[in-house]
Order: sequence, then structure tokens, then C-alpha cells
Amino acid sequence: MGDRPVTNDFTGRGMHIIVCVKQVPNTANVRINPETNTLMREGVESIMNPFDEYALEEALRLKDAHGARVTAVTMGPPQADAVLREAMARGADDGVLLTDRAFAGADTLATSYVLAQAIKKVNAKPDLVLFGKQAIDGDTAQVGPGVSEFLGFPLVTYVKSLRIEGDTFRVATQTDEGVNVIEGRMPAVMTVVKEASTPRFATLSGWIAAKRAPISRWGAADVGAAAESCGLGGSPTKVVKIFAPPVKTGGIRMDGRKEPSVAIHAILKVLHEKGVA
Amino acid sequence: MAETPIHIDPSKCKGCKKCITACPFDALYMDGKLAVVKPDECRVCNACVKACPFKAISSRPAESAGTADLSAFKGVWVFAEQHGGKVREVAYELLSTGRRLADDRGCELAAVVLGQCVSDSVAHLIAAGADKVYVADQPELAEYEANVYTDALSQLIAKYKPEVVLAGATAIGRAFAAKVAVRERTGLTADCTALAIDRQTGLLHQTRPAFGGNIMATIMTPKHRPQMATVRPKVFKMSTPDPKRKGMALAEALTLVAPSTRIVKSSRNASTVNIAEAEVIVAGGRGIKKAENLELLRRLAELLGGVLGVSRACVDAGWISPAHQVGQTGKTVCPKLYLSFGISGAIQHLEGMRASDTVIAVNTDPNAPIFDVADLGIVGDLFEIAPLLIEALESRK
Repeated sequence: MGDRPVTNDFTGRGMHIIVCVKQVPNTANVRINPETNTLMREGVESIMNPFDEYALEEALRLKDAHGARVTAVTMGPPQADAVLREAMARGADDGVLLTDRAFAGADTLATSYVLAQAIKKVNAKPDLVLFGKQAIDGDTAQVGPGVSEFLGFPLVTYVKSLRIEGDTFRVATQTDEGVNVIEGRMPAVMTVVKEASTPRFATLSGWIAAKRAPISRWGAADVGAAAESCGLGGSPTKVVKIFAPPVKTGGIRMDGRKEPSVAIHAILKVLHEKGVA
Repeated sequence: MAETPIHIDPSKCKGCKKCITACPFDALYMDGKLAVVKPDECRVCNACVKACPFKAISSRPAESAGTADLSAFKGVWVFAEQHGGKVREVAYELLSTGRRLADDRGCELAAVVLGQCVSDSVAHLIAAGADKVYVADQPELAEYEANVYTDALSQLIAKYKPEVVLAGATAIGRAFAAKVAVRERTGLTADCTALAIDRQTGLLHQTRPAFGGNIMATIMTPKHRPQMATVRPKVFKMSTPDPKRKGMALAEALTLVAPSTRIVKSSRNASTVNIAEAEVIVAGGRGIKKAENLELLRRLAELLGGVLGVSRACVDAGWISPAHQVGQTGKTVCPKLYLSFGISGAIQHLEGMRASDTVIAVNTDPNAPIFDVADLGIVGDLFEIAPLLIEALESRK
């Protein structure tokens, strides 16, 4: 692995915030081929997981307000460095790409383990580790909490707003019923929701700087990850079958443009059958 | 450098390309007349193994470390999340499914309640199907804190060794189930939409949507216990409670870690609609054209005893708060009735509402994808249909 170590000479620049980002296929454009039951991925571009943009934005806001070093970390194939460049173009200071064939086929446990190992190597005592609330390809929302467990850091999920004072934080989190205000002491792992803030755009000068910014490329050995705990072998869950979801072909169709009253009658009939009117 | 777990025997491969079409991840290519795996793309779903007519492809599942004595694990558990002593509905839905799994496997079904002053819930949980209810009733568990809850459930798992643990995919369940799974070094499958158990082996078949619902995957945890899964609210149906059912409550007194964070303020936002639990949703999309026009649908929702939902377009336009958004980046809903107006039906939106019992869609574009999931599709102008419908409903009152 081309190892360029992340230096820890950022002392005096305030906090160190690590943001974990993921490169995902833009699922809006993924379709299934009805004849072969396979994903048609032609022309599907890779993007930064949209929820991770909010986590990055929170980190950059703290950097603006308090001064901080922001490190973006991602695990993926070699081309996943694109999301690190994007993070740096928006204002992250450095990036770590975790890439190794040994990581392939990782489930959320093996992914959490490798990310936690890498975070420990970047900085054993970061102030904050931020995640988006979930990734749009897997939708599990499990990796942030998993990393908090491996690191032994407090966990706060669904953060809407975040304030720092000294080594304590005060956050508003979204619950199923409303809002909780939670206080605690850093370091902590947090997952951030979309309501938090509007992500900034990368500037032209940001892109230019990002082209030259340091990216460390680490494999399993570099982060001291036990081979048997990485990738498919380190994953307790196994995908045993993949299939197309049952397709609803649509029911009754009618044209309400010519005779709206017929359409209204049909709607009322369904409402009556369902017992709602 | 690890090898690819998928192995293609060059002596058996005839270059028929069946594996290439079978692969959902585009992870195989032809090198001359030989199929080759792209290790970075391969997710080891084994679709190619089954597709190969010449048995040239094999999968060598890597041995997982830390394989416990699986036979020591018995019983199906449901985490019964409660707030202020009241158990959430999703726990009852899980007990209904858990009962079926326990009967199929021939084992006990237990509910686990963590909290303070929660003993009233025991009778309800037994009526809903639990044979046993483990109750940790202590002040440290009064409010959810990730670390404390993880500690509590992990201690109980270590003590009783359940074979299966199910939790609701709520804000709390998702987060702390993931921590428990890591602490137990076991597998956790999120947002399952179907669960089945093998009577002999006890293997839990966990089916969930992947890639925004474009494909379904069945997942197993073959060598680790407990097998853990989360399920979103309203995915499974609750069964009718049987107050005559017999069961046993077991009080647990746990010594727990100190909380690492504390809740200083908790507010229930009265205006926040919970569209995820609504029985009737009237939803609007881009076709609604401006914020004021949403009042039309709000009135209709009111008449039907439902709530207002919207597609992402309305939220992005700033017409309404994200609390109303249905879809992948909003909420997943499964009402009895979903009545949509001016929503074309982007895949993310369909993913968020395809579990609805009945869908009625009104849209001007006859080719809108929403019609593919609609039980009743009306090609028409919502500004014509909606007012007529309101008029008809009002005249009936």
C-alpha cells in the first residue's frame, strides 16, 4: 500500500473532527432489467452519500467557528478517493482512503471494525467522529453506532444541531416523537440528519487545493486490522439470495379528463371499501 | 491481499456468459473465453454460482472467527421498546411474527422490557404472544442512553443466550441494536420485510430491500448467535391479543455502567405529524404548483381522518416541513390508504410508500411511474379531481 502517514502536527488548531463518508451509486438512476432480473448500472454515477454531506457540513461549521482539523475517511475501491477529494474541496484538511481486497464483501460489523481501526490510527483521541444518519445504498444506519462501540465513545444519533463548549457538547436530536437536547463530553460519535444545515458547495480554489491535498491509502495491515475480522470473512451476515422485488403492475386505470364524475365515483368506492369514507 | 471468495475453474468454464447476465453487481467480465471476477465489485451474492450450467463457479465462504457453540442459544426474543411505561406498537407487531418463528422452531418467545415503572406492560406482552417477559425495571433505564441500554441487553443476552433477537427499526432500536451486535460480535440485518426460520438448523432467513428497493436480498447469520434483525414499524401486522394466554414475568436487577450522555430537555413537537404511523395519507407532489395549494389536500386529509404527505419536490421548494416527506430520504409509510395527487413517482418516493395497502393516484401524465404501483390510477388534473372529491365527501357528512 502506498502509505503516506497522516501527520499529527495539527496541535494548536483546536479540535480534530473525523468525518466518515461513503461513495454510493446514485440509486435514483438504478433500475432492474425486467428480463434478466439484474441491476442496470450503465450510466449510474457514483456520488458522496447525500447524508454524509450534512455530517461534513457540521464539521466544517465547527471548523469555521472554533478552528479544527477535519479529516475525511472512507472505505471503498481505489476510485472512492473521489469522495475524499470532494470533501477536501469543500474544506476538509486531509483524507484517508481505506482500500484493500481484504475489505471486499464487508457487512456492517466488518466495516465498523476497519473504520474504527483507521480512526485510532489517524488519532487515538479525536474530539468528534461524525457520520451521516445512514447511506442511501444500504440504508442500515448501523455503521456509526458500530464504530462508537468499537471505539468505546459515547453515541448520539440523529443530530439536528450541534454546539461545542470546551470539551462538552450540547446537541438537539430528532426522536420519533420530537426533539431531545442532549449533553455530554467529547470524544463522541454522532450521526447527523438532513435538517442540520445546508451543505456548502466546493469552491474553485477548494478543488484546486484538493487536487494537491494529501490522501493516505491504507490497507488492512496499515491499520492493524486482523485479517479474519475484515471483509467477507469477518462478516457474520451472508447474502444468500438476491431477487427482484414483487412488481405491482398497477390496477384499474381510468381517464378522468373527459368524465371526472366517473373517476370520483371510482375513488369514493375504494374509500368506502377501505372504510375511510 | 485476500483472494476473491468466488472461484472460477478455468477447465470447466465454457465462456457461455450466463454468469455475466446473472450478476446483479456487474462484477464479472469476459477475458477471452474465460469469465473473471472483479474482486472490488463482487458482493459474494452467489448468483453466478447458481447460474453456471457447468458448475465452474464455486464460492468459498471464508471461515469466520469466534464461532460459538451455536446449540447453546435458544429462544426468540423481542426487544419491547417503551416510552413512559407504554410499549410501542412495533413491539407487538414483532411479537406476532416472533410467535410464528418460535412455533416453527419449537422454542419459547420472550419479550425484553428495559425502563422504569414498566411492569404494567407485562400482561400486554404476554397477551400478544410472549411466553416470558424479562423486565429490568430500574431508574438508570428510565431514559434511553445508548451505552446503558447496550450494557443492559448485552448482559441479558450473555445470561440467557437467545437464538434470535428482534428489535423495531425506530430511532432508538436502530442505534442500540447496532451497538449490541458489535458487542456480541454477531450479525444484524436492518429493516427486514420478511422473516422465516429453519426448523432444524434455527437459521433465520432475513429478507430486506437493497439499493433503494430495486432488489431484495435474503441474508443469514450462519455462525454467530444471536441472529439479530430490525424491522420497521407497520411492516408486520399485529395479532389480536389473547388476554387468557399464560406467561411468566422475570424481574432482572442489573448492575449497569454510568450513562455517557444525558438528556437535558425533551419535547414532543405537537405539530410534528407522524406520517409513519398514519392510517390514511393524502400526498401531494410537484404538480401541486405552490404552497397554498397544499391546503386543498390538507382539507381532503382532514375529511378522510388522515394526514398530509408530500414528495421531496414540495420540501425542496420550501412549501412544507420535511416531517411530511414520504420516500427514501423522508419517511417510509404503510397506511391503509395512500391517495396521491400530482406525484409522478420517482423511485425514492415509490420506495417510501410501496408498502401501502391501497394506492390511489391522480396525475396528468398517463406514463407517470406512480401508476405502476396504484390500485386505482386516474389520469387527470388534480385541481379538477380534488375539489370534486372534497365536495362529494362534504355533502355526505
